[in-house]
Amino acid sequence: MELQQYDLLLVEDNASDAEMTIRALRKSNLASRLMHVRDGDEALDFLFSEGVFAGMESQLAIKIILLDLKMSRVNGKEVLVKIKADPRTQRIPVVVLTSSKEDADIEECYQLGANGYVVKPVVFDDFLKCIADIGLYWLIVNEPPYEQSKTTPS
Amino acid sequence: MAQEIEVLLIEDNLSDTEMIKRALQRSNPNTPLLHVKDGSAALDFLFGEGAYTGRQISNIPKLILIDLKMPRVHGKECLMRIKMDARTKRIPTVVLSSSREYPDIEECYDLGANGYVVKPVASDEFDKAIMEIGAYWLKINEPPQ
Repeated sequence: MELQQYDLLLVEDNASDAEMTIRALRKSNLASRLMHVRDGDEALDFLFSEGVFAGMESQLAIKIILLDLKMSRVNGKEVLVKIKADPRTQRIPVVVLTSSKEDADIEECYQLGANGYVVKPVVFDDFLKCIADIGLYWLIVNEPPYEQSKTTPS
Repeated sequence: MAQEIEVLLIEDNLSDTEMIKRALQRSNPNTPLLHVKDGSAALDFLFGEGAYTGRQISNIPKLILIDLKMPRVHGKECLMRIKMDARTKRIPTVVLSSSREYPDIEECYDLGANGYVVKPVASDEFDKAIMEIGAYWLKINEPPQ
């Protein structure tokens, strides 16, 4: 199997939100190294090279994790805690992408170490624009916390 | 009544400051911005001390942009003080630096920086990067209350 280096991890259990997110990134040519997982367990397996991702280390070039909050099985906050508590992953930027505009969720996510928090726009065009701007900032402008030379883009 | 500050820019280089302000004015017109020239003035503002005694410090900016290499209180020390204090740790803080050195980048993330942007050398690239910072951090990202 060919090893693929991913730069964006999308953790989203809602199929239509995931589809729109991927479409918006693709329109800006930002989706070529995207990995989409459907729940928190799968996200943690990917990040820690466990389960179906054992031995793959395909997480090493991740520049941004887009994390939904309300998911079945392991929820987004639990995933955020695990990412920010482990030295292997704690530097990876995590942006919470959610429909919750509740202050308590926003505060808690920042306390848990989220790098950013974005409320999914309800209007379709706004959603596409928002995802494209997230992609531009986190994949192009922001500097990821590891050396690019360590990665081998496919 | 003073407007609430949305962007706190901590930068000692005047020409960079001018470029940053101009680019933000284009991407985010009329955003109230406070520019301070060193880390100690930034901490005075954030904690309501010195020249800012009596300021309502619960009014936190949406974004802090901080240069690393500054006189007096150095950028990293300032970042550490922001991220260690319960009153300010949630404020999104992006390091804006000419250093592309990995020890600097890793250290800033370890200190709690929300993002790290290397200042592009070419002026049009510089403008574009600042405008994208403005588009993401001031329009899309939800700040803490």
